Amino acid sequence: MNSKKHLLAAPYAAWAAIFIIVPLGMILYYGLTDKSGSFTLENLLAIASPGHARSLWRSVWLSLISTAVCFLLAYPLAMILAGKKGRNGSFIILIFILPMWMNFLLRTLAWQTLLEKTGVINSILAFLGLPALKIINTPSAIVLGMVYNFLPFMVLPLYNALSKIDENVIHAAKDLGANKIQTFFRIILPLSVPGIISGITMVFVPALTTFVISTLLGGSKVLLIGNIIEQEFTQAGNWHLGSGLSIVLMVFILINMVVTALFDKEE
Amino acid sequence: MKRNKTMTITQKIYVALIFIFLYAPIVTLIVLSFNASKTRAKWGGFTLKWYVSLLQDETILDALGTTLLIAFLSALTAAVIGTIACIAMSGMKRRSRAVLMGITNIPMLNADIVTGISLMLLFISLGFRFGFGTILLSHITFNIPYVILSVLPRMKQLNPSVYEAALDLGASPLFAFFKVTLPDLMPGILSGFLMAFTMSLDDFIITHFTKGSGLNTLSTKIYTEVRKGIKPEMYALSTIIFVTVLVLLILVNITPEKAQKENI
Amino acid sequence: MKKRCFVLFIICFVFLAAGCGAGEQNDNVVIVYNWGEYVDPEVLELFEAETGIRVIYDEFETNETMFPKVEAGAAEYDVVCPSDYMISKMIQKDMLMELDMEHLPNAQQNIGTQYWQQSEGFDPGNRYSVPYCWGTVGILYNKTMVEEPITSWAQLWDEKYRDEILMQDSVRDAFMVAEKLYGYSMNTTSEQELLAARDALIRQKPLVQAYVVDQVRDKMIGGEAAIGVIYSGEAIYTQYENNSLEYVIPEEGTNVWIDSWVILKNAPHKENAERFIDFMCRGDIALKNFEYITYSTPNEAAKAMIEDEAVRNSPIAFPDLSRYDNLETYIYLGEEGDALYNELWKEVKTY
Repeated sequence: MNSKKHLLAAPYAAWAAIFIIVPLGMILYYGLTDKSGSFTLENLLAIASPGHARSLWRSVWLSLISTAVCFLLAYPLAMILAGKKGRNGSFIILIFILPMWMNFLLRTLAWQTLLEKTGVINSILAFLGLPALKIINTPSAIVLGMVYNFLPFMVLPLYNALSKIDENVIHAAKDLGANKIQTFFRIILPLSVPGIISGITMVFVPALTTFVISTLLGGSKVLLIGNIIEQEFTQAGNWHLGSGLSIVLMVFILINMVVTALFDKEE
Repeated sequence: MKRNKTMTITQKIYVALIFIFLYAPIVTLIVLSFNASKTRAKWGGFTLKWYVSLLQDETILDALGTTLLIAFLSALTAAVIGTIACIAMSGMKRRSRAVLMGITNIPMLNADIVTGISLMLLFISLGFRFGFGTILLSHITFNIPYVILSVLPRMKQLNPSVYEAALDLGASPLFAFFKVTLPDLMPGILSGFLMAFTMSLDDFIITHFTKGSGLNTLSTKIYTEVRKGIKPEMYALSTIIFVTVLVLLILVNITPEKAQKENI
Repeated sequence: MKKRCFVLFIICFVFLAAGCGAGEQNDNVVIVYNWGEYVDPEVLELFEAETGIRVIYDEFETNETMFPKVEAGAAEYDVVCPSDYMISKMIQKDMLMELDMEHLPNAQQNIGTQYWQQSEGFDPGNRYSVPYCWGTVGILYNKTMVEEPITSWAQLWDEKYRDEILMQDSVRDAFMVAEKLYGYSMNTTSEQELLAARDALIRQKPLVQAYVVDQVRDKMIGGEAAIGVIYSGEAIYTQYENNSLEYVIPEEGTNVWIDSWVILKNAPHKENAERFIDFMCRGDIALKNFEYITYSTPNEAAKAMIEDEAVRNSPIAFPDLSRYDNLETYIYLGEEGDALYNELWKEVKTY
């Protein structure tokens, strides 16, 4: 039986080949050819044109900021929740997944209502006699949207990693004379690295490639690389250029994976 | 980790702020569902009329039906294929298992937009007609990894001697599988299924690229409505879904601690 | 844990059962691809009730997003409602079916002659399209938020309206504004003129609050912005909702457009498509649509039935075009022209 078990992989292997490998092959094909079907690197090099380079740079920059903000917000939160692990631990985690049952476009759109010039937050600020908040349709609003949408993806892996840390290790450190800060930097932080890494990946990649958040909160004034690719397919109808830019995007995702993997090893 | 039963005041405030941040938009949407004015820009008084007209709005109900059907079918298919794949992987050599796992990770790690586009290109070149089928195939594709990743850890914990004992006692391999292996895997399969269901429900980007004419999931329906202003019925529907899930979660969590411990 | 999963499993089933009720199958259909909120939903129900043909209805946001979907052919459509220049592009690409006017008696009878004549510009001989709506592109402004009446495109470059301006997020309409500012033709393909237009748009960008298409309606009603570039049909609706809004056709001139019904060459339900178009041209139906979407109708029978005299003589809905001498209609600029516009627009948007 056991010797034949691996044959059961056939359905999934076939599925993966048709719906994962072949489609990626098609992107490679379109990205490396022009309209007449002959080989070209033009679609890849197009990333260097001023417009594309600007939007790629902006995407990388905004998604790095969002990832950092997510991390800084999520780490203390995950520590508090992991420390409180008990009866309510899993319930609190479910509370983080719960918003996903409200459609993500609607949730993001709700920020428009909140942030608008005549929106909820500004009405409250005006009522209190405070100056208005002007971040809708700016890169800050996009960062906010990214942090809002992807924060749970950072909290969950961090929480998992932190709650797995053995209490006795921390006690041992304390007994050996480490203060709180030393314990944190020498014990807790290193032990949570796997969580940090998957958290960073799960926030950085969708933030880098989003086109919806920038459309909804950026007033179409801030075009990210995701918007450019989307428009090549849905408006300009240039699949070759769109595929070429997608390949470039995948390279960036790969770089992210390699960097985090290297960091993982060093630790 | 140090485990305190209670939080300090600062900790409480911090957690509360994050929760406000996460739930402020949701509260906004719920409030909007009771707004008598049709545009979200004005508050026109309290009303329940959107909940009434929701029941007559066929396009929204159709989109809801499509969304749920796709989420259910794709999660179910993914659960079956994923579980079989996990069983197969347990009998595989290290190398080929690593390759298969690597491929499995692609849809998880790759950008949604690239996955969506690549599937669109595939379907077009195969001459598929875009519609329910193409959306379903795409959703199954991105759902399988969630199932595999939640079943595989269970698989590793499995004690093979129980299964072998069943065989020794004269059970057929199939019978032994259903009686012994499957029940052990079930929690993993179920949580994989639920994860897949939720992901499918919330997906917009991949559906955006693989949907056909006249067929909408809630996400794509909302995206088309964004420009002209979301119909208030949509807020009403989201509120109903959200509250239902919330209530059920609370109910499940209120069950006595004892019963829960036994189950874990 | 098991129990919780089980309950959630049940939820899924309940939702599923709830959702499934609505799906019935019927092969006698017509697949319509139209602009967002560009028809009274009741009209579709009436059509279904009268003919027994089920309408599968899909919406697009701009001509540019419609075209690749139809061209790829992966999604089937019968009837589409593109604008003038897009129709001539589709005619050139041999994507449209020639209409048999015998099958469209209402269209022949009710659509005003001047609109057929106007259509000749993009559809010579009126062989492929039946006018559905028409209008102008102009400026909508909030009287309480501006210091002087808005009369010119140039005011969209006025520093004092920083962050109060809504521009159109579609390539031709955005460039039209800049081209008219300089007095160029809106169909220019001169690189020099286009570069100047691009630079003007880039200069304008810091003043623009957002690039929007249909969202301009909600934002203007809500007082989010003082000035917005808008289609005349939307302007009428916004005035119903907020009476401090005023619509103006800028003195430099603007675009007069027609959106028309066409049937695709590869349409699977051609006969149903003809019946649909003809139904939309019926006087009472066109009137219903006009009242719902508030876009100017070329349907004379419908116009005659409008009860409110103020609406029938409204200078926004039915302007006297002969008063203007600098109006133009977009024409298709060819693949190269399209590519150039797209490229420059991308430079503006990413700047």
